[in-house]
Amino acid sequence: MTSILRTYLARLLPQLIALVAIVIAISMTFPGFLNLDFQNGRLYGSLIDILNRGAPVVLLAIGMTVVIATKGIDLSVGAVMAICGAVAASFITSGHSLFETILITLAVGLLCGMWNGILVAVLDIQPIIATLVLMVAGRGIAQLVTEGAILTFNDPGLIFIGSGSFAGLPMPVVVWLVFGVLVALLVRQSALGMLIEAIGVNRQASTLSGVLTPVLLIAAYMLSGLCAAIAGIIAAADIRGADANNAGLWLELDAILAVVVGGTSLLGGRFSIAASVLGAIIIQAINTGILLSGFPPEFNLIIKAAIVVFILVLQSPRFRTAFAFLAVPGRAAKTTEQEAK
Amino acid sequence: MQASSDNILSAVRIDKGFPGTKALDKVDFHLQRGEVHALLGENGAGKSTLIKCLTGAYRRDGGSILLDGVEVDPRDTFDAQRLGIGTVYQEVNLLPNLSVAENLFLGRQPRRFGMVDIRAMNRKARELLSEYELELDVTRALASYSVAIQQVVAIARAVDLSGKVLILDEPTASLDAHEVALLFRIVRRLKARGLGIIFITHFLEQVYEISDRITVLRNGRLVGTRNTADLARRDLVAMMIGRELAAEIHAVHANAAEGEPRYRFRNYGRRGRIDPFDLNVRGGEVVGIAGLLGSGRTETAEVLFGAHRADSGTAEIDGRRVELSSPRAAIRQKFGFCPEDRKTDGIVGDLSVRENIVLALQARRGWTRPISRAEQNRLADLYIRALDIRTADREKPIKLLSGGNQQKAILARWLATEPEFLILDEPTRGIDVGAHAEIVRLIESLREKGMSLIVISSEIEELVAYSTRVIVLRDRAHVAELGGERITAHQIVEAIAAANERRAS
Repeated sequence: MTSILRTYLARLLPQLIALVAIVIAISMTFPGFLNLDFQNGRLYGSLIDILNRGAPVVLLAIGMTVVIATKGIDLSVGAVMAICGAVAASFITSGHSLFETILITLAVGLLCGMWNGILVAVLDIQPIIATLVLMVAGRGIAQLVTEGAILTFNDPGLIFIGSGSFAGLPMPVVVWLVFGVLVALLVRQSALGMLIEAIGVNRQASTLSGVLTPVLLIAAYMLSGLCAAIAGIIAAADIRGADANNAGLWLELDAILAVVVGGTSLLGGRFSIAASVLGAIIIQAINTGILLSGFPPEFNLIIKAAIVVFILVLQSPRFRTAFAFLAVPGRAAKTTEQEAK
Repeated sequence: MQASSDNILSAVRIDKGFPGTKALDKVDFHLQRGEVHALLGENGAGKSTLIKCLTGAYRRDGGSILLDGVEVDPRDTFDAQRLGIGTVYQEVNLLPNLSVAENLFLGRQPRRFGMVDIRAMNRKARELLSEYELELDVTRALASYSVAIQQVVAIARAVDLSGKVLILDEPTASLDAHEVALLFRIVRRLKARGLGIIFITHFLEQVYEISDRITVLRNGRLVGTRNTADLARRDLVAMMIGRELAAEIHAVHANAAEGEPRYRFRNYGRRGRIDPFDLNVRGGEVVGIAGLLGSGRTETAEVLFGAHRADSGTAEIDGRRVELSSPRAAIRQKFGFCPEDRKTDGIVGDLSVRENIVLALQARRGWTRPISRAEQNRLADLYIRALDIRTADREKPIKLLSGGNQQKAILARWLATEPEFLILDEPTRGIDVGAHAEIVRLIESLREKGMSLIVISSEIEELVAYSTRVIVLRDRAHVAELGGERITAHQIVEAIAAANERRAS
């Protein structure tokens, strides 16, 4: 058991190191960064802020991880967030209960994911194109739902999801923590994780081994849709309204980035949800840190890009081969030999 | 060794090994000036490895290459091109979106004041192609011409760049008869100009039509070089599939020939892949499938396993109708299938040996009933020991294992599902001698335990050793069945060659 725990920690080590390094870097330029206050039954502080602000990307990254593990990609999650935010706002304002509203919204997210999944698994369209369809169309659909306006609401229940707190933590943090743990348990305690990795590495061989490839692929995209729906609810609840134009805008890119920073290969296969969550938090920490440290916000994107390039270089096979002698002697040479074959 | 001064290219004792296999074992190859030399062999015989060693795409482990009597050592394909060895592949490796002229002069465009002189380039391109009786609009994109024309452009470029040796790697695979004739006219013209031409193909008729000499490789070894005119087609087939191994030892599996067939396939087939066939298989029987490449061997396996759904006929198991519409459906009926192409259809490279072994069993149980880690470890260790899979440990990614050990792990994947009907497509291809013998032994022992097996193999003597019956395929149809005393290497080769002669006439 301890050995499994150790391999798990070893997997997350690069992300943990990166996160700690970023936190230290920020706290040196912004002294109050590590302060935590406890007021009105809730924790306050920049660290909590990062966890809270990062909620949508964390949620998207959870679904994106599973999709990328199947060798796919889901560009539509930002648009699905907008659709689901719009659906939630319009249902709650038209007098439905909070429970009904959430149920319907999650169902819409699942439906969006199913559409993507069918395009990919049944019609065999490349994932990047298949999900591009909904990425483009999704904002149109969201605008149709909100009828072009920003749909505001003041249902205290729905607002609580965005700005309330539970057990001292902001609600969005509670939601992604609970959901993330649930998905990770589902994937790793069942055989789903292994089957998804098998599909991602070699879909043809998996199908020939009897893996129910189309169903699992559709399920992966549906999970991604569900994550986008939850993220959409949180984003809408946060601003107490649905903004079809801006909710979740470009967040699909941050989610993909989070997965990559988390070390899951875009070529599919091995994945770690915990690492992607850390990746998302790293990205949010960079965002928050740059704002706090007083850099002009336009630096944000460039510094982010620089950090991402750095992490990607670390992961590139060529870099690893070139510097493998630093780690385990002889191992890299063997790998390239096999690849040549 | 021929010391003839007519040899434009000589490869002497070429060695090339990959982890776990010896791809070329001291192969000699001599190409004369002004000849078309066919290089033949079944898949995995070492043809492409030899070509890649000649063109510098691979570094050879040993041996020497002489071009015009001078020892050369091409470091890469550009180097080989510069020395005079040009290659044209089946998939035209030019740039379809550029013009014909640009393709011909890519990287060496005529320049004027530092700019590409397009007019001069087009003029030179027209001149070049006129030697090939081609009147093309050289400014049009290459993609707007047929594959045959693209081939000719590729040849023109290769000859213009190199000019001594031209290697044609399956150039006719996607051409129709008319286009082949065009290509052959050009090949003859180049031959008359004194080029040495190496021609690789699977079409024996074309070999006899165009080649002067034939060299056959098998399992990385040179079988021999003959004059085409002196080599009967039957003998050529025998050279390719290797029957000179005198192993006519056929253990007669008397017990297996009796009893009712458990599996009956009637009129089973799929249009465009394999003609409808009848096949009965008893328990404890190994049905061997023989035939040349492209004869429908793999297609038979795929349709039996449901990888391609049959569109005609019926399947029965123990008298009960079954639908084998997908691999899952077949697996439910306790079928298993080790595919020919391990890399693309078999192994899941990044996953561990353990995960690869339990994959099919886990897939059959469904994702909600995971096999516990302890049970996975037990299964993996069991089969690693039973099949002697050489791996540092069960958690090693399977892609790091040698071909033979990968093959054994895939066998283990199916054995873990306790199959009753196992299809093995080329189970011994590309693996070393030791693993080879172990897999043959395994097939025997599975048969003795009462399993029904279908084994496809290019190794005739291997089929003879373990088959209770052998089915011979030709042109995507089952054409002959040999049983009992008739299972000899000689009879099988006769059946394949007879089939081929009929096709040629």
